[in-house]
Amino acid sequence: MKTFKIIVLAKQVPDTRNVGKDAMKADGTVNRAALPAIFNPEDLNALEQALRVKDQIPGASITVLTMGPARAADIIREGMFRGADDGILLTDRAFAGSDTLATSYAISRAIKKFGDVDLIVCGRQAIDGDTAQVGPQVAEKLKLPQVTYVEEVQSVNEQTIQLKRRLDNGVEIVKAPVPSVITVTGSAAPCRARNARLIMKFKHAKTVSERQEANEDYVGLFNERPYLNITEWTVNDVEVEAEQLGLSGSPTKVKKIENVVLQAKAAKKIEATDADINLLMKELIDSHTIG
Amino acid sequence: MNNVFVYIEIEDGAIANVSFELLTKGRSLADQLGCQLEAVVIGSKLEGIETQIYPYGVDVVHVADDARLAPYTTLPHTSIIVNLFKAEKPQVALMGATPIGRDLGPRVSSALYSGLTADCTSLEIGSHEDKKANKIYVNLLYQIRPAFGGNIIATIINPDCRPQMATVREGVMKSEMRSKTYKGKLKKIDVAKMVSDEDFVISIIERHIEQKKVNLSAAPVIVAGGYGMGSKENFAALFELADVLGGEVAASRAAVDAGFADHDRQVGQTGVTVRPKLYIACGISGQIQHRAGMEDSAQIIAINSDENAPINSIADYVIKGEVMDVIPKMIKYYKANSK
Repeated sequence: MKTFKIIVLAKQVPDTRNVGKDAMKADGTVNRAALPAIFNPEDLNALEQALRVKDQIPGASITVLTMGPARAADIIREGMFRGADDGILLTDRAFAGSDTLATSYAISRAIKKFGDVDLIVCGRQAIDGDTAQVGPQVAEKLKLPQVTYVEEVQSVNEQTIQLKRRLDNGVEIVKAPVPSVITVTGSAAPCRARNARLIMKFKHAKTVSERQEANEDYVGLFNERPYLNITEWTVNDVEVEAEQLGLSGSPTKVKKIENVVLQAKAAKKIEATDADINLLMKELIDSHTIG
Repeated sequence: MNNVFVYIEIEDGAIANVSFELLTKGRSLADQLGCQLEAVVIGSKLEGIETQIYPYGVDVVHVADDARLAPYTTLPHTSIIVNLFKAEKPQVALMGATPIGRDLGPRVSSALYSGLTADCTSLEIGSHEDKKANKIYVNLLYQIRPAFGGNIIATIINPDCRPQMATVREGVMKSEMRSKTYKGKLKKIDVAKMVSDEDFVISIIERHIEQKKVNLSAAPVIVAGGYGMGSKENFAALFELADVLGGEVAASRAAVDAGFADHDRQVGQTGVTVRPKLYIACGISGQIQHRAGMEDSAQIIAINSDENAPINSIADYVIKGEVMDVIPKMIKYYKANSK
């Protein structure tokens, strides 16, 4: 029987949810170094759904695919600690400056190289951009159907998959063919925790670049345990048209970035005393703002 | 050719509010560009729907009416829009930043190789000079949105690819009819020519559409809590105040992420946009993402222990103090003094 292959698309993102005081530099620009890099939250929800599919289909495999700088290999290891089988890091300066369309092009070419795949699962959106575009754009480039806003994979076999979608105003149960691309929302089940046995197994998993950088001389180890090799592809490993990558492949351009500077309006300052609050409430009632 | 297009979203047989808001914006963009405004409606049993659309200043309404096109599924709607756009070559295309618009928009942009900007909070027309290529672009769509956790405001342009696509959330733009007697033209789309059988590989087995339990956009008073509320339990005080004042409780993204309130109460760029008569912000620091969803409120009261919280700069009243201390005082006075 052929293996049921799942690709989870994941992104390493700055944790914009915890923007502390030191996140802004004195000149008002964002201090990216102060923001921890994390596994995009909804991509973790996506990984959990993929793991559940794997639980249901004996022998299924999960590959975490991410595009980013060398350190993005961290989230591939994180995925492996939670049950993914292996990972691919797509990394090259040629991809820098990509908007969602150029990103989805590069990712779709990497999936093409990967070969036959039965299911592509990703988070609905990433917290650094909130665009929700890459999933559907990858689906279109691969000419695959898509189901977005998925909260739960209800059932799956080699031909079809049944999904529950969570929309603004209700739920929808849909049946999609295999292969399809599905995007998972944050209301889906949280991802299972790291597994101690898998941490032991994969903690030395590295990309080629990481092995060179660490100057590690464990060629024997990596030959003996091939699962410790995290695949690393550069632009030369995938079949692409260069002009569709990076800035030149991005139809959207950033014209202007403004740091947020607040223009204070003259607010009435009120102390938290009974007298002051009563006065405020009286004013609001008199002006028919309330009541 | 080269007109402004709006995708009209159908919800339970009726046109979604966000579509009227986009038509209103689309009309003003078309006026500035000196072109026509066109709308596309895709669904089933749409007889006569164009008469609801013309008054927004729409010159052409394209209708694709077929039993298989409702409820919405991705592929047939994509095929129709892609084929129509290839023939009509719009310069601007707008969609709601709804589950439908955010499913359809990227798919269409990928097929047409055109740029798409999600969740814009403002759309303007302007020019751009590309110094490297020594080229000047006029009449571009400026797609303006907060980015990077709301710490920056980005203006995005699509200089070379058409259409320039953008999605906008419900409530962000105002909805205003142009004229009840505005005359537009109906163009029926030949559905059979535009879709293929493969477009129907996804089947909807079941739908439970519930009315939203929380209706923030209709509430005259909103009592909103942020991360500074500290716990879900403390939100009870907000519910009490909202109840007394006849309002609703909202929350910032940080409070929702922390589990203090449900997602359907989230106000801000990635939540709901509101314009109540009174917005009481409790323990909310006021990141731009949040302010984008509430700064048009008629009156804003900020209750905060931090004197330098950004929210204070857009507030009409700033109460410096502990929320849990201030709210009971407000309730007490109101109960004693309201008619």
